[in-house]
Amino acid sequence: MPQNYVPIFLFVAVVAIAIPATLMIGKLVRPNNPEKAKLMPYECGIDPVDNARGRYTVRFYIVAILFVVFDVETIFLFPWAVQYRALGLFGLVEMLVFLAILIVGYVWIWKKGALEWV
Amino acid sequence: MPTSFFTGTDYALSLPMILLSLFGLGVLIIDLMLPAEWKRWNAITALIGLGFSTAAVMRIQLGHFADGRPLVGSFAYLSNVGGQVVGSVLMDGFSIYFFYLFLLGAAIAILMSAHYLEIEHEHHGEFYALILFSVVGMMCMASGYDLVLLFIGLELMAISTYVLVGFLRRDKRSNEAALKYLLLGAFSSGIFAYGLSLLYGLSGSTNLQVIAQALQRHYSANPKDPIAIVAMITTATGLLFKVAAVPFHQWAPDAYEGAPTSVTGYMSVAVKSAAWAMLLRIFLWGLYPLRPVYLPLLVFVSVATMTVGNFAALSQNNLKRLLAYSSISHVGYMLLGLIASDNITNKTGIQGILVYLLVYTFMNLGAFAVVTSLRRRDIIGDEIDDIAGLYSKAPTEAVLMLLFLLSLAGIPPLAGFYGKYFIFLSLIQTQHYVLASLAVLYAVLGLYYYMRIGSAMFMRPATDPEPVAISPGMQVALAVTAIGTVGIGILPEFFIRAAGWSLGIQQAGTSLLGFLR
Amino acid sequence: MVPLSYYLVLSAVLFACGVAGFLMKRNIITIFMCIELMLNGVNLAFVAFAAHWHRLSGQVFVFFVMVVAAAEAAVGLAIIISVFRTRETLNVDRVNLLKL
Repeated sequence: MPQNYVPIFLFVAVVAIAIPATLMIGKLVRPNNPEKAKLMPYECGIDPVDNARGRYTVRFYIVAILFVVFDVETIFLFPWAVQYRALGLFGLVEMLVFLAILIVGYVWIWKKGALEWV
Repeated sequence: MPTSFFTGTDYALSLPMILLSLFGLGVLIIDLMLPAEWKRWNAITALIGLGFSTAAVMRIQLGHFADGRPLVGSFAYLSNVGGQVVGSVLMDGFSIYFFYLFLLGAAIAILMSAHYLEIEHEHHGEFYALILFSVVGMMCMASGYDLVLLFIGLELMAISTYVLVGFLRRDKRSNEAALKYLLLGAFSSGIFAYGLSLLYGLSGSTNLQVIAQALQRHYSANPKDPIAIVAMITTATGLLFKVAAVPFHQWAPDAYEGAPTSVTGYMSVAVKSAAWAMLLRIFLWGLYPLRPVYLPLLVFVSVATMTVGNFAALSQNNLKRLLAYSSISHVGYMLLGLIASDNITNKTGIQGILVYLLVYTFMNLGAFAVVTSLRRRDIIGDEIDDIAGLYSKAPTEAVLMLLFLLSLAGIPPLAGFYGKYFIFLSLIQTQHYVLASLAVLYAVLGLYYYMRIGSAMFMRPATDPEPVAISPGMQVALAVTAIGTVGIGILPEFFIRAAGWSLGIQQAGTSLLGFLR
Repeated sequence: MVPLSYYLVLSAVLFACGVAGFLMKRNIITIFMCIELMLNGVNLAFVAFAAHWHRLSGQVFVFFVMVVAAAEAAVGLAIIISVFRTRETLNVDRVNLLKL
């Protein structure tokens, strides 16, 4: 069905016009004062170009570990959210119990100092 | 739309696990508030939690529904699979028996640990929380009747144990043991999960009962159905990894040697019992229709396990490593029980495995308790040289150790004898004479390496003057394990009947002992 | 509609890649990633079977496998850090204090 592609073509057209336009307008309006640090990609203060085999500080690992656990736990919230009405109060209570267990873990790592960037 | 939600019975039947989880979380939070010198209260809190959980198990064991039916043998968390109502948790005698076993093993391990962790300067509340969480996992493994619950229980137990093995963070050996255990454990879980996915594919359900029915259909249609066989082999590989049967045993000696000694004791009894509970549950309930296919595999594995375990133990100089190989050989004997009995026409072998696991809990934890108490200020105390001359330093401990070793070897008046006795009896009942005689030969071989430790304790002079001090917790642990080892040896009827009850055998204890006398 | 067997072959290949990597690689982190690959093969098989049987239980299992894999990864990374701190290497061949 070629007419199904009409929105996509419209989208492509808008993108093709809008992006160069904004870039051009920005170039015309902003003050021009180049500096080396400004030209680097923004990356939280880390040198963006470095040896690929370089080492990160171990603190990133700890943050990564905590992120992996707490991020993946949210997976259980999705089916509950989809079936929220059908599960009703029972589902809400069960989910609060689940979150309470997670919060115990969160309090524990907080008090243990794992969240501090020492 | 869900048709029904959990009922009060579901919560009553899972109360032992719920209580343990609550106490585990409680220990974590309480630990944050305790000053360093009060850390022992964590151990006491954990023991109270185990006590409450035991009370909940007893309530299930003795409890009744409103209409008078016993709670034991009922399913919990029912759901509807393709028009068939199935349960996720089966709270039968088998589960209850293993619940008691896990609680006992965990309690003794906690008693052994408190003083040991202080010496190692790693006395943290997390240790006890992890033990409680691992017991929850074990309970899910023993009572799970659904692949999801079995898998979650297995992983909850395994992940807690990985951390416990690596608990001595600054110790290179502990780290290394944890790493090896983790890598091989995760690998075996992956293989196991693949088997589970194929079982799900064959049956369209994660319930063991539905899986058994589907396998029955597949097996009668085509006994050599490749997918069923691959599913069986991958599942079996995962399970045999967990019980440390040869050729999947390599992790066990390393993990046992590097782990903190009290954790080694805990792993060798409670973790192993849980793996056995799940193995029996899957082999005898879910995979039962494939029994003709898996029997030859088990014969090979059990003979290999006995051979490697016993011969490798002969040449060990590290106590923990020696006991690790001896525990591998014990797995070989127990597998013989599974070969002899199918739990329908003959239950003796399965009963033997249950009795074996019970007496093994007492005698092996006792032996590890003695090894744990050898850890003193600057002495690691896990070589045979470290136990030399123990009799001159601590005669009571030396005699108890001898008792545990003789029991492990299966000398008649002690508990270990009854474990082996029932296994051999079941082999003879089912005409497996070759396997029976092989097992007896290996049992004699076992006596040699146990007595190497015995002769070191009694015949050789002490290598160091440092006295062996025994903490109060350790005294209780030693007393309980010694009473268990001797008590079951002298008055076995009750325990044998308990194992029989858990399998639904009526009055089996007396009739079998009648044969003995 | 892609037939079930395609998914199963892909899942078996993923699983086999994971097993092969586990046995051959020497860096602990790489070994760990191979285990994750094995579990992803399992997940694919579960999802394919769930679609085949028109039941959701397989998808639910996948949720649990993913969470378990995350927990295993967290504990694994922690153990890897402590191994690295005590011996400054991530090569499994040099983690060899405990001998058979």
